[in-house]
Amino acid sequence: MIQRSPGSGEYPIVPTAGRPTSAPKKKRDGLEKLTPSTFAPLENLGCSARTKVACHRGRSTLEELPASPVRREITEPMPILEAIPMELWIAGILALYMAWAIGANDVANAMGTSVGSGALTIRHAIIVAGSLEFLGAFLAGGHVTDTVRKGMLDTSLVGSDQLVFGMLAALASAATLLLGATRMGLPVSTTHAIVGGIVGFGAVGIGMDAVNWSKVGQIVVSWVTSPLLAGAIAFGIFQFTRRTILDRDDPIEQVRKRGPFFFFFVFFVIGLVTLFKGLKNLNLDLALPEALAASLALGILGAILGALLIGRVSATSVNPENRFGQVERIFVILQILTACAVAFAHGSNDVANAIGPLAAIAGAVNSAELVGETRLAPWMLALGGVGIVVGLSTWGYRVMETVGKRITELTPSRGFAAELAAATTIVLASRLGIPVSTTHTLVGAVLGVGLARGIGAIDLRVVGSIMASWIATLPIAALLSIFFYFFFKGLLTP
Amino acid sequence: MSWIDKLVARSPIGPMQEHMRTSVACASRVIPLIDAMAAGNFEAIATHRAEIDTLEHEADELKQEIRSHMPHRLLLAMERRDMLEILDCQDSIADTAQDIAELADQRQMHLPPTLAEPFQRLTARAITACEQGHRVVNELDELVETGFGDREVARIKEMLSELARIESETDVLSDSAARALFALEDELGVATVYWHQLIQWIADLADYAERVGNRLRLLIAN
Repeated sequence: MIQRSPGSGEYPIVPTAGRPTSAPKKKRDGLEKLTPSTFAPLENLGCSARTKVACHRGRSTLEELPASPVRREITEPMPILEAIPMELWIAGILALYMAWAIGANDVANAMGTSVGSGALTIRHAIIVAGSLEFLGAFLAGGHVTDTVRKGMLDTSLVGSDQLVFGMLAALASAATLLLGATRMGLPVSTTHAIVGGIVGFGAVGIGMDAVNWSKVGQIVVSWVTSPLLAGAIAFGIFQFTRRTILDRDDPIEQVRKRGPFFFFFVFFVIGLVTLFKGLKNLNLDLALPEALAASLALGILGAILGALLIGRVSATSVNPENRFGQVERIFVILQILTACAVAFAHGSNDVANAIGPLAAIAGAVNSAELVGETRLAPWMLALGGVGIVVGLSTWGYRVMETVGKRITELTPSRGFAAELAAATTIVLASRLGIPVSTTHTLVGAVLGVGLARGIGAIDLRVVGSIMASWIATLPIAALLSIFFYFFFKGLLTP
Repeated sequence: MSWIDKLVARSPIGPMQEHMRTSVACASRVIPLIDAMAAGNFEAIATHRAEIDTLEHEADELKQEIRSHMPHRLLLAMERRDMLEILDCQDSIADTAQDIAELADQRQMHLPPTLAEPFQRLTARAITACEQGHRVVNELDELVETGFGDREVARIKEMLSELARIESETDVLSDSAARALFALEDELGVATVYWHQLIQWIADLADYAERVGNRLRLLIAN
C-alpha cells in the first residue's frame, strides 16, 4: 500500500512476497516532496534506507521520532517526517480511548452479573476480566486486527497517506459515535462503527474500487449469522442443561456432577480454537495434534478448577418452596466461567477495533517497503489489552457496581447458556478474522434461550432498537468518517 | 450486558403468583366469616368483610398492573391469552369472596345451628381447593425454570388431578349443604334464597380454583 519511490540507488528494492514493490503505483500527495535528497542527510549519518526502516519499526517509534535532535537540526525540507508523530499521537490517543471505553462498558457489563450474585468481589472481577481480556487480545486478537488493518481495503490502491488519514478518520468517527451514543444511552457497536468508518473513507475518500467489497460483504453477513449461530447454540445448550440437570429428580446432584464437564468443555473449545494455527502472531504454529493435546490438558485443568469451585458451594438449606435455588447457586459458579469466556472472546474480537486502525497507521508511517509484509507487532495488542484493563479499573468499577445491584431476571442457568453460546461464537469469529459485535451475539443467544421457553419474558422492542442501531450505525459512521477523512487530510497534509 | 438486562423483561409469572396469593388469602377469610355468622357476631362479620374488601382491592390493582405489563412486544414463555384467562379466574376467586362477605354483612345473616356444620365443611373444602390452585400457580416459575420439562409437567398434572378431586368433593358437600338448607325452607322463608346463593358462591370458590387449573392444563399442552 505504500510505495515510497525507489528513485535513488540508495533505496534497495526489497522484494516482498506476493506483490512486486518496484512500481510506484500511486504517489501520495505529500510524498512527492519526499525526494531522495530529503534522505540524503540520513544516509550521511550512516543510516541506510533499510536500517532506517528497521529503526523506525522499533517499539519506541512514538516517542523517539520527534525527539531525535540529529534530525531536528537537519530537517529543513522534511514535512512528512514532521507530521509522523502527530498522526501517530492522534491515532494512539483515539485507540486508547476506544480500548478504554470498551473495557469500561462491555467488559464490566459481562462480569457485572457475577458480581451481582455475590460470587465475585468487584476487585476479583476486575482482575479476572482484565487478565482474560488481555489474554484474548494478545493470544487470539491478531486475526481480527489484521482484517480491520488491511482486510477491508484493496491495499494496492490505497496510498500511504490516504491510509493514515482514513484510519485516523475511522478511529475518530467510531470514538465520536461511542461518546454520543453512550451519552444518549443508545446501544452502539464499536465493531459496526469501525467497519462503517473504514468503508466510508475508503469508498468516498479514495474510490469505490479501494474497498474490498467481498470481505466487507462477508463481515456484514456475519453480523446476521453470528447472532443466529449464537442463538442456535444457546438453544442447544439450554435444552442440554434442561435434560441433564434441570428436569431431573435430583437437579442439585446433577449440576454438581456435570459442572466440571462444562468447565472442561469451555477450556477445551476455547483452547482449541485459539491454539490451532492461531498463534502466528506469537510465532507459534501448532498443528492439530499439538493443539489438541494442549487443549485437552487445558480442559482437564479447567475441570479440576471447576470441581474445586463447585465443591465450595455449600449444600445447605434446600427450601422446598424454591427447589431450584440451590441449583442456581451452583450455576452462579458456572456463569463466572462463561463470563470469563466472554471476556476472553471479547478481547480476541473487539480489541481489534481499537488496535487495527492504529496498527495500519503505524505500519504506513514506519515501514515503507515492507507494508504488505508487516506483522502485527505484539506490543500493539498488548497496548489494546492495557487500555481495556485501564478502562475496567477506572470506570468499569462503577459500571459493575450498578450492574451488580440491579435485579436481573436472567437467572444464572440462562445466563450460563447464553454466555457460553456467545463466547463460542465470538471466539470462532475471531479465529476466522471476522469482526462481530459482542452485544448482538449475546442478544441472539438470549433469544435462543427464550425460544426454548427458558425465559419468562423477552422484550422484543429492545431487539428492535438494537437492530435499528445496528443499521443506523453504518451510515452514520461512514459519514462521520468521510468528514474526518477530509479534515485530517487538510490538517495533516503539509 | 446492560442491554441484555433490558432485553430480559420482568416476567409476569411472579406478579401472577402474587395475585393468586392475594386472592386465596382473600378467600380464606371466608372461613372465619362463616364462623362469625354461625356465632351471630355481626361486628366480627363486618371486620371480616372489611379485610376481604381490602384484599380484593389489592388483587384488583395487581390484576390491572399485570394486564398493563403484558404488551405484545413481550415474547412470553407462556401464551399471553392463557395467562390472561388464568388471571381472570384467579380474580374471580377474590370477587366471589367479596360477594359472600357483602351479602353476609348487608343482610346481617345469622347461620341457623343445623346449617353451621355443613357450611363450615363446605367452606373448608372450597378453601383447600383454592390453596391447591395456589400451589399449582406457584409451580409456574419452576415450569419455566425447567423449560417446560417433562418431569415438571408431570408433577403439575398430578397436582391438577388432586385439585379436581378436591373440587368434586366440594360438589358433594355443597349438595348436602343445600339439602340441609331446603329441609329448613318453611322455617327460613325468603332467607332460603340468600342462603342458597351463599352455598353456590362458596362452591364457586372451588370452581374458579379448578378453572385456574384447567387453563393451566391448556398452557402446558401448548
